[in-house]
Amino acid sequence: MSSGSSLLPIIAILPFLGALVPGVMIRAGRSACATFTAIPTILALVMLGVLVPDVMRGEVIQWRVEWLPQLGLSASFFLDGLGMLFAGMILGMGLLITLYARFYLSGEDPMGQFYTYLLLFQGAMLGIVISDNILLLLIFWELTSLTSFLLIGYWKHLPEGRQGARMALAVTGAGGLAMIGGMLILGQIAGSYELTEILTQGDAIKASEWYLPALILILIGAFTKSAQFPFHFWLPHAMAAPTPVSAYLHSATMVKAGVFLMARMWPVLAGTDAWFYIVATTGLVTMVLGALIAIFKDDLKALLAFSTVSHLGLLTMLLGFGTKFAAIVAVFHVINHLTFKAALFMSAGIVDHEAHTRDIKRLGGLAKLMPITAAIGMVTALSMAGIPLFNGFLSKEMMLDAASETAWAGSHWAVPAAATLGALLSVAYSFRFIAHVFLGPVRDDYPSKPHDPPFGMWAAPAFLAVFVVLIGVLPAVVVGPLVAVAGGAVIGGGELPYYSLKIWHGVNTALIMSIIAVAGGLVVLSLHRPLDRLWQAAPRPEAKVIFDALIDASAAVTGWVTRALHNGAISRYLAIFVVATVGLGIAAWNGGALAPRTREMLPIPPVVAVGWVLLVVATFLVVTMHRRRFQALVLIGVIGLMVSVGFVYLSAPDLALTQISVETVTIMLLLLALHFLPKTTPLESPLWRRTRDGVIAVTAGVAVAGLAMAFLMRDFSSISDFHLANSYTGGGGTNVVNVILVDFRGYDTYGEIIVLGIAGLTIFALMEALLNGPAARRLRNADFANDRSRDRHPLMMVIATRAMMPIAVMVGVYIFLRGHNQPGGGFVAGLVISIALLMQYMASGFAWTQERKRIEYHAMIGWGVVVAGLTGVGAWLAGKPFLTSAYGYIDLPGIEEFGLGSAFLFDLGVFLTVLGAVMLMLYSLSRIARYAGETVNVEPMDYDPSSRVEAARNGGE
Amino acid sequence: MELVVASAVGVLTAGGVYLILRLRAFPVILGLALLSYAVNVFLFATGRLAINAPPVLQKYGEAAYTDPLPQALVLTAIVISFGMTAVLVMIALGAYIEADDDRIDMTGDDEAAGKDSTA
Repeated sequence: MSSGSSLLPIIAILPFLGALVPGVMIRAGRSACATFTAIPTILALVMLGVLVPDVMRGEVIQWRVEWLPQLGLSASFFLDGLGMLFAGMILGMGLLITLYARFYLSGEDPMGQFYTYLLLFQGAMLGIVISDNILLLLIFWELTSLTSFLLIGYWKHLPEGRQGARMALAVTGAGGLAMIGGMLILGQIAGSYELTEILTQGDAIKASEWYLPALILILIGAFTKSAQFPFHFWLPHAMAAPTPVSAYLHSATMVKAGVFLMARMWPVLAGTDAWFYIVATTGLVTMVLGALIAIFKDDLKALLAFSTVSHLGLLTMLLGFGTKFAAIVAVFHVINHLTFKAALFMSAGIVDHEAHTRDIKRLGGLAKLMPITAAIGMVTALSMAGIPLFNGFLSKEMMLDAASETAWAGSHWAVPAAATLGALLSVAYSFRFIAHVFLGPVRDDYPSKPHDPPFGMWAAPAFLAVFVVLIGVLPAVVVGPLVAVAGGAVIGGGELPYYSLKIWHGVNTALIMSIIAVAGGLVVLSLHRPLDRLWQAAPRPEAKVIFDALIDASAAVTGWVTRALHNGAISRYLAIFVVATVGLGIAAWNGGALAPRTREMLPIPPVVAVGWVLLVVATFLVVTMHRRRFQALVLIGVIGLMVSVGFVYLSAPDLALTQISVETVTIMLLLLALHFLPKTTPLESPLWRRTRDGVIAVTAGVAVAGLAMAFLMRDFSSISDFHLANSYTGGGGTNVVNVILVDFRGYDTYGEIIVLGIAGLTIFALMEALLNGPAARRLRNADFANDRSRDRHPLMMVIATRAMMPIAVMVGVYIFLRGHNQPGGGFVAGLVISIALLMQYMASGFAWTQERKRIEYHAMIGWGVVVAGLTGVGAWLAGKPFLTSAYGYIDLPGIEEFGLGSAFLFDLGVFLTVLGAVMLMLYSLSRIARYAGETVNVEPMDYDPSSRVEAARNGGE
Repeated sequence: MELVVASAVGVLTAGGVYLILRLRAFPVILGLALLSYAVNVFLFATGRLAINAPPVLQKYGEAAYTDPLPQALVLTAIVISFGMTAVLVMIALGAYIEADDDRIDMTGDDEAAGKDSTA
């Protein structure tokens, strides 16, 4: 790690931090907003500048933080020549685009949003080019797809914008998925997810049998991103974006990401036949096809878009050749393409902005009306055509040179001829751009009278045009060292091949090809009108139609599947769920090996057999009699009781205590609810349906029973021994279950009481919503008189519950206190005391009891969670992790010894939450009764004998 | 004994599954209650069965202890399943009071059938 390496993560994060600012700064005005967008970019550029000398010396700057080393996940960045070139382009262009967009966007466009998207996108791009970890790279890769979606669809009111954005996202997103697969395979082969590591493993990767799948998947990702045939169609549709976006995405960044990736992976993937034939051929086809379509596009931006497709094809082809010379030419052309294409997009945007049209057929003669724009446009278009003295010429000559030496499937003329054709077509559309837009007579039917824009708008393209000329005239001086260091990074170190960046190489093959291209291009341009008619008449496949048909078909299929599975009937979901689960279980059962039995069966005493029969019969009766709801509830109670007894017998006293108290509360709850529900379930399912459900149910039952049996007959080791061994020494309690709850797995319990509290509050909130809505009126009108007992608060019950109240509370406290060492604890104690309280509600009615309540249940839940939480936090004071327990023993005379520790306080929190939640639930339910016309009783019982004695006395006097 | 527990879990599961496939809210709640029993007992059984060996440490002498961990998990599961049942009951009750119908299937056919039955 060199001293400057810590700047790398800061560079990577700056755009993301900066993205927070424009949305706020837009309130200070548009210029302030643009300025604050530029600041993070400038800062990042300055930091990059600090690192440049080191990189130019050939150093690779690395920075890494391990995150999940087991998974190969780390936040690691590195900067070499290639990364530096791209980072510089991304940031530099970002700055120019920020300036341009300030003047381009109209007052109605939300500018803060635009700059936020722009910075997010910039950050994502930057992440791609400086990531070392390929998993991190993939994340940034996906981020560019997402953020470019936002940018392309920026004009949300335009349907083309939305469709173009969706198409770009679908295509590049799908490619990204393929690339994830490819990258993971690559990481597996190389044994590391660090690029710097992978790049040294070229031979191993090419020799691996997984090389081809990895190559194809990665290339799908790169081709979709870089709009290579047959995925090229999204790029022209993305032109619906505002021009600054097009200029940024389609010249310097987004579409170059694929090229960057191919260049990055060049040392490990290139050089094989597969690489050559896939990449070079795709590039060649894309180059020619893109240029051909571009000639016949009348929309300025569409012309430039297809020209971009063509140039990306050129770059892909160069990388595909697999020679070091071609790779360096590709790097050089990346720089040149950036300068002229971004300037061209910006001048097209200026024309559109000023003339209110970008239809070439409605333009012409602009050179006289807007000379500055015309000069910029013409200079850059000449460069695009590959005319000497401009930088496009140099890289095109070198490209033709590389092509002339490439044999394709034994043929020595195929590649040079196709390359010349591509160059010819590119001359034709470039000249068309100049001739049909800027030259010719001035017209009088422009939608708006064009004139040169303010300086701020043409400054950025002019700056780039200056570069076009500078590089074109003095290539070796201006970009020579940069090309050398970036090219060296692409080819993976070692000797640079011979190449020379100069204008005059003598009369060689490339020059002759170039001359043919220019002459042919002029001929095509002169024949443009008849050719155009021919082209418009010829049938061509329309990519958008095919794409839309594909999308519609897949939407129809998924819609059909969704409707088949989710038709609104929950019984169907549940049936599918049960069948699928059982099916998966069976598959797993058949797929795995079962260990031999290691346990003997325990004997079955007669009492247990009786309990089992009771449980089975009760279950059977619940199922057969479930239409009579009260009876079914009573039978459920029997089952719960049997389960509790089973827990007692099978050495689980804590579970038995909890089960039986929960059982009581649940039955009370269901009884309360049933008061307002129909008392019977009508017979609705036909017989076939009940049979089908029965078959599903029995299958599931048999499967679960088999699984349970398999578990029960085998020994396996778990972490339970640790808990048994450390319960007393570590947790200070002899009841291991309770110690696990409040100590070993305290975090878990803490979460669970919060869930319980939330459930209680949810019920309260539901009830509030219900009783404030139309349901309340319905309830008032409902007639429950027939269900109502005449003696709702019987004397016997009132007296009995009063007498039991202190006893029950006493039992609760006892269970709570002994919990740490004997069966019991906060959960059970909370339930026991809530049952005691519920009995008061049942005996004397809601209002009477409510008036005597001192604490709000909501607050009790809150306090419970707070007490438990503070207990956990208390451990921090002792410098221990959250929820570490401390304990001691208190031996008060007269009562059992009990442990007093932090776990005790934690259990108190559990107790309070459970009590609060249970009470809140049942209390909410009983509130319905008030709305249903229940009379409010102020006396503890309906019939008080003592009052009658009073009355008799009074009457007697 | 193992057979007793396993078959009980199976019977409870079968009953629960059958009930959750019914068309009214109340049987589904009953079915979920049965399934809760089944799941809790199943989880408890993963610790294998032992008699007279509660996981409460004895002060004197060596004693056998059953597996405490599933018990701890099931204990909270019982309480949580109560909370879940309560929320479900509440939702079912609310739906019934709002819609005057405790059907749970909301397909077009069923809506039509529901109208027929009330008509």
